[in-house]
Amino acid sequence: MTAGELNSHRLTRYGGRSMSILIEVQDITRRYGDRCAVEGLTFRLEAGEVLGLLGVNGAGKSTTLNMLAGCLPPSAGTLRIAGHDMARAPVAARAALGYLPEVPPLYSEMRVEGYLRYAARLRRVPAAACASAVERAMTLCGLVDAGGRLIAHLSKGYRQRVGIAQAIVHEPAVVILDEPTAGLDPVQIREIRALISQLGEHCSVILSSHILPEVQSLCDRVLILHRGRALFQGPPQGSPKSGASVEVAFDRPPAATALEGEEGVAQVESLGDGRFRLVPIGDQPLPDLLGRLARQPWGLREFSPLEDDLEQVFLEIVAGEAA
Amino acid sequence: MTGVIASRELGHLLRSPLAWLLLGVLQLLLAWLFLLQLEGFVTVQSRLATLDAAPGLTDLVAAPLMGSAATLFLLVAPMLGMGALAGERQGGTLPLLLASPLTPAQIVLGKYLGLFAFLLLATALTLLMPLALLAGGRLDGGKLAAATLGLTLASAAFAAIALWVSSLADTPLTAALGGFGLLLLLWLLGLGGGTNGGVLHWLSLQSHLTPFLQGVVRLSDLVYYPALTAAALLLAIHRLKDL
Repeated sequence: MTAGELNSHRLTRYGGRSMSILIEVQDITRRYGDRCAVEGLTFRLEAGEVLGLLGVNGAGKSTTLNMLAGCLPPSAGTLRIAGHDMARAPVAARAALGYLPEVPPLYSEMRVEGYLRYAARLRRVPAAACASAVERAMTLCGLVDAGGRLIAHLSKGYRQRVGIAQAIVHEPAVVILDEPTAGLDPVQIREIRALISQLGEHCSVILSSHILPEVQSLCDRVLILHRGRALFQGPPQGSPKSGASVEVAFDRPPAATALEGEEGVAQVESLGDGRFRLVPIGDQPLPDLLGRLARQPWGLREFSPLEDDLEQVFLEIVAGEAA
Repeated sequence: MTGVIASRELGHLLRSPLAWLLLGVLQLLLAWLFLLQLEGFVTVQSRLATLDAAPGLTDLVAAPLMGSAATLFLLVAPMLGMGALAGERQGGTLPLLLASPLTPAQIVLGKYLGLFAFLLLATALTLLMPLALLAGGRLDGGKLAAATLGLTLASAAFAAIALWVSSLADTPLTAALGGFGLLLLLWLLGLGGGTNGGVLHWLSLQSHLTPFLQGVVRLSDLVYYPALTAAALLLAIHRLKDL
């Protein structure tokens, strides 16, 4: 099925207006007492898209996803899932989504298959179709051998898979995953990432993460959240900016003023420990600058262009938080 | 959908050691009280035989047993109901229900029916004790039915109140303590309002049960328990909407 066919399939399945937009968030705000966890957030998710919410802890990612999933009403603003307003038609809106919260909502005394059957029934999968829906979700999530196991006895990676399986068992149009790889070991992270890319072929996915490379490898689009506000929305590779900065490191660092005297360097910021951030002049070709710096007796050991604005925005946030 | 939630809730109780332990302790206590009542009855039986319209086995053994069961249910209902919503909140499983295409009413009713079904099981087990007397004595079927109806209606209200408190609490322990405190307060309210009349007396859980135990089925009592049940459930639904 091509992307176009997939979209038209969803169009017929969910009907109504502007159906290629599955999530439409309009100016939502959530306050906890005086504190504003999310403020004036607006974005859209289109059919077949994988959107990543990127931000440090406490940026408002979980609050946003909680509101999207209908578990937390926004203090202001509107949310539409597959064309249904979450405040006015919550049941129809929730029927179109699957949600994995930060902590997978698992009943430890149940067995995997029984739990997934229960989840399917809650999502209005007809009783007759339950067995096949559960089987499909278990196959997709690599749980076929674990069906009879007690959830309490599962490893963290398996619990996360069961959490994802319950979110997709009713084949929702949108899957919402809150930090799906948090707390897993590297092998499990690779498996869950592979699973998420696979999900992206069947439905739209919105996931949150505080790991930039993860979002870059999984998502079609990124939204950077910071203190409840959107700082950046765009493609995960960002877009090269003219005059983007370069980070350099030297074994025998010169004085900052000496670097400023270099041809083609507009601005120098010392980062300590022999590292500097340089802003080249205009559209200075970077290889020329690299060549000149390497010829100096300073022992150039690193030269990394911070070319895209996404990375820069995120690194600035992280640096700001650390300071 | 309500049925799906109710059957899981009941299944969850039937799988939990706590519920079985509660049921076992309940049976043990009630059996002890039952034997005490029965012994008392046997002691006074010869004197009763000389009286006109003397109280019988049902009045002296079965009805008091149902009354004791109601008192114990005051404690049992909050302990069974504590996990219903507060437990899900603490365990992080509430989003499974909240993010599903369900209305708050379906969630609350499902939880409620599962809990009430378990209390019905406890009621049925309690009823078996007086029924065992049929082997050697005669029971007043009407009076026993009235007492059982009273216990059933009261436990329906207990379950609803326990569920409402569970919807307010963050942890099962506070839900259990809060639910028990509230039920006991409602039970004892009647002590403050004089024996007859008075608003407090009318509001009391206990004063509406006593007539049932005497074999009297009054409309006001028949309305009181379901009204209380509905009010508690509506409050719980409202709480879930407001989350």
